[in-house]
Amino acid sequence: MRVNFTVNGRPEAVDGVWEGESLLYVLRERVGLPGSKNACEQGECGSCTVYLDGLPVCACLVAAGQAEGREVRTVEGLAQGDRLDPIQEAFVECGAVQCGFCTPGLLVQAHDLIERNAEPSDAEIREALAGNLCRCTGYEKILDAVRLAAARKAGVA
Amino acid sequence: MEFLRPTTWGEALAAKAERPDAVPIQGGTDVMVEINFDVRRPVALLDLNQVTDLAGWEPMSDGRLRVGAGVPYARIISELGDRLPGLAQASRTVGSPQIRNRGSVGGNLGAASPAGDSHPPLLAGDAVIEVESAARGTRMIPAAEFYLGVKRSALEPDELIRAFWMAPAEGPQYFSKVGTRNAMVIAVCSFAIALHPQERRARTGVGSAAPTPRRALAAEEFLAAELDWTGSGPLDAALLARFGELAAQAASPIDDVRGTADYRRHAVAVMARRTLTWAWNDYREEAAACA
Repeated sequence: MRVNFTVNGRPEAVDGVWEGESLLYVLRERVGLPGSKNACEQGECGSCTVYLDGLPVCACLVAAGQAEGREVRTVEGLAQGDRLDPIQEAFVECGAVQCGFCTPGLLVQAHDLIERNAEPSDAEIREALAGNLCRCTGYEKILDAVRLAAARKAGVA
Repeated sequence: MEFLRPTTWGEALAAKAERPDAVPIQGGTDVMVEINFDVRRPVALLDLNQVTDLAGWEPMSDGRLRVGAGVPYARIISELGDRLPGLAQASRTVGSPQIRNRGSVGGNLGAASPAGDSHPPLLAGDAVIEVESAARGTRMIPAAEFYLGVKRSALEPDELIRAFWMAPAEGPQYFSKVGTRNAMVIAVCSFAIALHPQERRARTGVGSAAPTPRRALAAEEFLAAELDWTGSGPLDAALLARFGELAAQAASPIDDVRGTADYRRHAVAVMARRTLTWAWNDYREEAAACA
């Protein structure tokens, strides 16, 4: 089937999509956006987190056909050209990236958190990121990065 | 595989009548896992995301709330947390923020897993499930009659879940769940309680400790007979212990990867005592504030 949707502001018409396929597969294998990672395929790890109509979701659990007519924003859509989003800058500066596999999902999820809550408490950060697993267990630096990005957004760092 | 995409409730019912083997998909948090892992290959998916009727809720003339089957957990928490506190507590324990943005009570009901987090508060809150078919119209099924077996419900193949109906809480409600961590946990077992002071009774729901979610009826009857609703005193320790025992007796758990049957029975008793204590303390405070 054909699926029409918008990815990072650009309209896409994707042909030959299998009806049981996930949005994640379409993004990675058919649209050429491999930033969203494919790991657990069951919503446990958060590595495939993308915005669907402005809400973070696991792309592996969205049927491709459910994206018809909707707006998707992936990790590739966070930066503006060569200018990284503040959450991406904070991850770099804080050393919040080890193997990097969980990073795209964490970036999208953390981006959503500080859009909604400019001054999140540690408990709120932990709750927001509870569905994103880092197998290198680099959580402390990830928390540092989210605190830094939030502080900058709030104008206190 | 076919991908059916109705845009109205009428179209959805017609599609389900024509293709009773089509699997409804709302948030996809159960259905897509089964497809991704190739444990299920439905002949057709019936996408309900475009059916906006399912994504709303409204207060009805009898005072109850009618909540569309597709309202995601995140909105149950943010929009209905004050009126349906037990269900909102359970909703907060569902998966992760990403899952709560997609998953819905309708999906939980459709899957009818004994471990679904919304079932115990639906039972304790005396919810009624509204289902509909093009051929026979609407049926209203009390939650206690909806669950028939492991992943089996009273839903007929040509029916879809339209909404659940539940009265706003008239007394304290609590939910408790055992798992290995706070997030991303399928319940080892769970327990919900709702006090209904006007009826002078409590209702309960036991999750993930029997083939279906179920009420602990003997425990409820015991409370109805023994609780002093007019009093503002603390709970008697013997009453609390007996309530826990009766709640555990309502369970018929199995040993599985998440826990043993013995552990589940024990944990149900503990959660029953705790949730009743929390609820009763709130009730006493409210009673004292009104006095």
